[in-house]
Amino acid sequence: MSRYFTQDHEWIDVTGDVGTVGISDYAQSQLGDIVFVDVPETGKTLAKGDDAAVVESVKAASDVYAPASGTVLEGNAALADTPALVNEEPETNGWFFKITLSDPSELEAMMDETAYAAFIAAL
Amino acid sequence: MSDYDNGGAEEGPEIENELLPLDAWHRARGGRMVPFAGYEMPVQYDGIMAEHLWVREHAGLFDVSHMGQLFLSGDGLDAALEALIPADVASVKVNAQKYSLLLADNGGILDDLMFTRWDDGIYMVVNGAVKYDDITHLLDHLPDDVTINHMADAALLALQGPEAVTALARLVPGVEQLVFMTGGRFTWQDIDLWISRSGYTGEDGFEISLDAEHAAAFADALTAEPEVKPIGLGARDSLRLEADLPLYGHDLDTETTPIMAALNFAIGSKRRRTEANFPGAARILEERENGPPLRRVGLVIEGRQPVREGAAVVDASGAEIGTVTSGGFAPSLNAPIAMAYVPPALAEIGTVLQLSQRDKRHSGIVTAMPFIPHRYVRARST
Repeated sequence: MSRYFTQDHEWIDVTGDVGTVGISDYAQSQLGDIVFVDVPETGKTLAKGDDAAVVESVKAASDVYAPASGTVLEGNAALADTPALVNEEPETNGWFFKITLSDPSELEAMMDETAYAAFIAAL
Repeated sequence: MSDYDNGGAEEGPEIENELLPLDAWHRARGGRMVPFAGYEMPVQYDGIMAEHLWVREHAGLFDVSHMGQLFLSGDGLDAALEALIPADVASVKVNAQKYSLLLADNGGILDDLMFTRWDDGIYMVVNGAVKYDDITHLLDHLPDDVTINHMADAALLALQGPEAVTALARLVPGVEQLVFMTGGRFTWQDIDLWISRSGYTGEDGFEISLDAEHAAAFADALTAEPEVKPIGLGARDSLRLEADLPLYGHDLDTETTPIMAALNFAIGSKRRRTEANFPGAARILEERENGPPLRRVGLVIEGRQPVREGAAVVDASGAEIGTVTSGGFAPSLNAPIAMAYVPPALAEIGTVLQLSQRDKRHSGIVTAMPFIPHRYVRARST
């Protein structure tokens, strides 16, 4: 399994042609208390960069983009009742959706964990 | 991901923000600083939710030094001020505090404010974002005999919450004698304080004006009390929203009148209504009698997703008939709430309104405000 990060603070774990998408610990700490998450419906086709999910903190709403193209396999149903999972476990149980990748080569341009750590350190 | 907005923290383009007297104090305590009203201000320390709930249970310290503190004095001040605001200034006794509105000639709201009679004049607190406009307006409209002193070297702190009185009285004995909307002069370690029992959270609490050079020492002393934590702008916004306290520039502006804003109590003086000589009196009194074109209401939003400032109130055909002016998640209610302007026919408690935000429909039910009961400590009636 490999983990990639976007400059917009999404992460994607890839096993075979299935990716699991969430937002980074840095992103959740910037957003603050998360009170609502809207995840995409199963079967929805997303192109890389499309609006895929909405995350709302007490103060603001943010879009989460599809880090890669594909078809949504499932959204994380646990976030409907417990949106705070995104604060508590952003890079594990607080995942947003799983996606069947249509073009795994899109991952090549993304950052690995080391590169992302350097990226946020420079922000 | 990307933000739709930064939640009311207004980022002006290319504007150098001023620093609060407590700027370093906030940063040292982990305050996350954001631009607001021309200042760098702490939006949160521990997190908005925890800070909000702390204030409802204990006591929170807010730095509101961005607000404009003015001192007005001179012969004929009361009558001159009554020409600009609808309050019965003349009847306000020494150390009594009153809420009022700076009105434009058409009855629109230029700002909302608090004023208190001091022995030698009137002390006024206005919103930070428009304080220079207010000063210009006052200078333009008050007679030459009236002097306006902008107390730019004064800091303003607010201590809010049910335990505020316990914490503050330990440092400043006697403040427990104040009641809601009164104030007095006190000292702490030979530092002069002006303290009123008032605030912007719906809780009991105090607002404290003092020389900026002593603000950090006093803030240290307050936060050393076990009841007190520093609280950021984020919780200030959610607390005031639950408490039915409109925010200028969002829920109030030059397009809204006091009656539209459901601030009828600000037009509460029978003498002022009879004399009808405040700005916009004809329009405001007509709206008071026959109803305004739109009225500010409170909404509880169905579901969990907040509906925020700028969302539209729509009719069955989807046409915009009103606007959400503030909205967010209410930590004490554990639900999203909002304020909106709607036609009076839709302002009845219990009316279900359709809202549109980013191409998505939401329902909101018109709900009596405040959403959380006020807990002011009022004078005992004898």
